Amino acid sequence: MKRREFIKGGLLLGAAGLGGALSLGALRPAAALPPTGAASGARRWGLVIDLDKYNQSADREKIAALCHRRHNVPDIPDTKTEIKWIWEDDFAHSFAEMESPYLSDRIKEMRFPVLCNHCAEPACVKVCPTQATFQRPDGIVNMDYHRCIGCRFCMAGCPFGARSFNFFDPRPYIAEIDPLYPTRTGGVVEKCTFCVERLTAGLPPYCVEAAAGAIIFGDLSDPASEARRALASGFAIRRKAELGTEPSVYYLLGGGGGDA
Amino acid sequence: MYKGGGIIVGLTVFCLVATAPFLLNIGRAAESGPTLSLDTPAIHLLSDPSCVESASYMRAEHMRLLAEWRDQAVREGRSEYVNSAGAIFALSLEESCLQCHSNRAEFCDACHNYAAVEPYCWECHDGGATGS
Repeated sequence: MKRREFIKGGLLLGAAGLGGALSLGALRPAAALPPTGAASGARRWGLVIDLDKYNQSADREKIAALCHRRHNVPDIPDTKTEIKWIWEDDFAHSFAEMESPYLSDRIKEMRFPVLCNHCAEPACVKVCPTQATFQRPDGIVNMDYHRCIGCRFCMAGCPFGARSFNFFDPRPYIAEIDPLYPTRTGGVVEKCTFCVERLTAGLPPYCVEAAAGAIIFGDLSDPASEARRALASGFAIRRKAELGTEPSVYYLLGGGGGDA
Repeated sequence: MYKGGGIIVGLTVFCLVATAPFLLNIGRAAESGPTLSLDTPAIHLLSDPSCVESASYMRAEHMRLLAEWRDQAVREGRSEYVNSAGAIFALSLEESCLQCHSNRAEFCDACHNYAAVEPYCWECHDGGATGS
């Protein structure tokens, strides 16, 4: 090959490569378009938990009990195979990175309800190989149990331990099956859904209903929503916010009328 | 024919065995298909006992309809089904289908057993029929 032909060929190849890169760049914005078609119009459902109200006046046991009963969540005593959608923990375990040796007794004694954070950038959705867990246009991270293959990547990906795996058929551990909600089967992962079935009917999640004002539900993208007004009334923290998953569950200290 | 007698006897026995299923059923009524029961309390309460679509459509296409419902309910978050006549139903296996068809053994299983298919819908959706 002559040197002239070699250089010509090289130039052609380079042009082809550049063209390919440009066309890929043109594709990218289309793939990143936000999903549309939310039934409710809400863009970012979230929870604000008023810790003072929750610890002082809420009927705390009723919250998880109502959620678990209505969603047919089994009561498995073994902590290695148990299934939880919402449960309680103390500060050191809920906010390990903020733990300090001189924590006030008030915070030490506080109980924190923990659940799926319905992150804006959910790690579980990114790692799911079958898209069984997915993010709805209204921000809720939901599960499609029909697609779940039980690989548990999502459980490894979730920084909050909000997911539970059904190691066996959960039905024998459900005291009374609610006929209006499906159970799960062995081999699928499950978690809190923010009660999507109630939201479509215009009702708030069960935990919000049972907490009688201590848990506030609303559209975080709407500055006029009840949740945003509650956030503006005090100081709110999120679990492991430094990981960048943008949790949608806020823990409010000193919200309107509390003693903090 | 060399050893002809044995061959003819063997062939006759083979033909009899091969055609036995047909010969044994000569004169019997053809298999009439499964009998499905619509005898449930919820159906008796209905003034117009019709399904979300016509019976012939449901018989042939219920599996496709349910697959569409599944995707619409779970992935698109829809809660209503508008049927071909314009009537609205709850888009939910629990709230629509299993309320009327609460007799799994006499309705669902009767046909699935006849067709030798084993759908696993009931592992999760059984309307509370099983349980401790």
